[in-house]
Amino acid sequence: MALDRALVGRSYPPSAVYEVGRAKLAEFAAAIGSDDPVHTDADAARAAGHPDVIAPPTFAITVTLAAAMVVLDDPDVGIDYSRVVHGEQRFTHHRPIRAGDRLVATTTIDAARSVAGNDLLTARVDLTTEDGEAVCTSLSMLVARGNEGETA
Amino acid sequence: MSADVGTELPEQVFRVTRADLVRYAGASGDFNPIHWSDRVATSVGLPGVIAHGMFTMALAGRAVTAWTGDPAALVGYQVRFGRPVVVPDDDEGAEVTVRGTVGALLDDGLARVDLTVTSGGEKVLSLARATVRLP
Repeated sequence: MALDRALVGRSYPPSAVYEVGRAKLAEFAAAIGSDDPVHTDADAARAAGHPDVIAPPTFAITVTLAAAMVVLDDPDVGIDYSRVVHGEQRFTHHRPIRAGDRLVATTTIDAARSVAGNDLLTARVDLTTEDGEAVCTSLSMLVARGNEGETA
Repeated sequence: MSADVGTELPEQVFRVTRADLVRYAGASGDFNPIHWSDRVATSVGLPGVIAHGMFTMALAGRAVTAWTGDPAALVGYQVRFGRPVVVPDDDEGAEVTVRGTVGALLDDGLARVDLTVTSGGEKVLSLARATVRLP
């Protein structure tokens, strides 16, 4: 099914607040094998100039990709989740995510096109604090494969 | 850390096993079975269980932040997931090799690092670029 270009620019209501916890950041840092103490030790983080422990740079995906799923739930988009793979990812960090942040994700369809039977949809997720401070902008290009067995 | 155009980052080699994928699934919340079930992975045409693209992106990011010495210095980061990292069900797993070169010095004390990320001799990420704040 070809994606409707009129979807570009469609925005979805802000997510529920995601509260960033120290234990979650430590768990994520361990999972990617990072032993930098700024992810686990608040004193080390403060010594590096941060108010509390900070997230590894790709931690943002745990919040932004879940938020971007709102697009796949949109009946006008009509993409079958089981065919979707992650094609591209881009982060712009306005400042590091840190423990104690109360984050809100707002998702917008940034691009939509169909190429060679595959649907390519780019979801932009703006992560801000509850008070509106910009934290991270994420662009995730999702590819819905037109043919089973083909990988992107 | 020197940051002239052409400066090469120290090469980093990461070993990725099935256990790493399970741990990453739990930490990230991405429980897609193609990252832990050979049955599901092969049913959708993959050679076997593959690593989460975001896990590979995280490893390449570690190579950059190991060089900057500061994870907060990585202010922009983008990749295209070109080819999956197939992770066999054994103790060896797969190897992911990350090389990086300073590609450009930008305004505001920033530099662009161009990354080459391979597994089994094949490029697994393409257009992989990090923007870092220089100290």
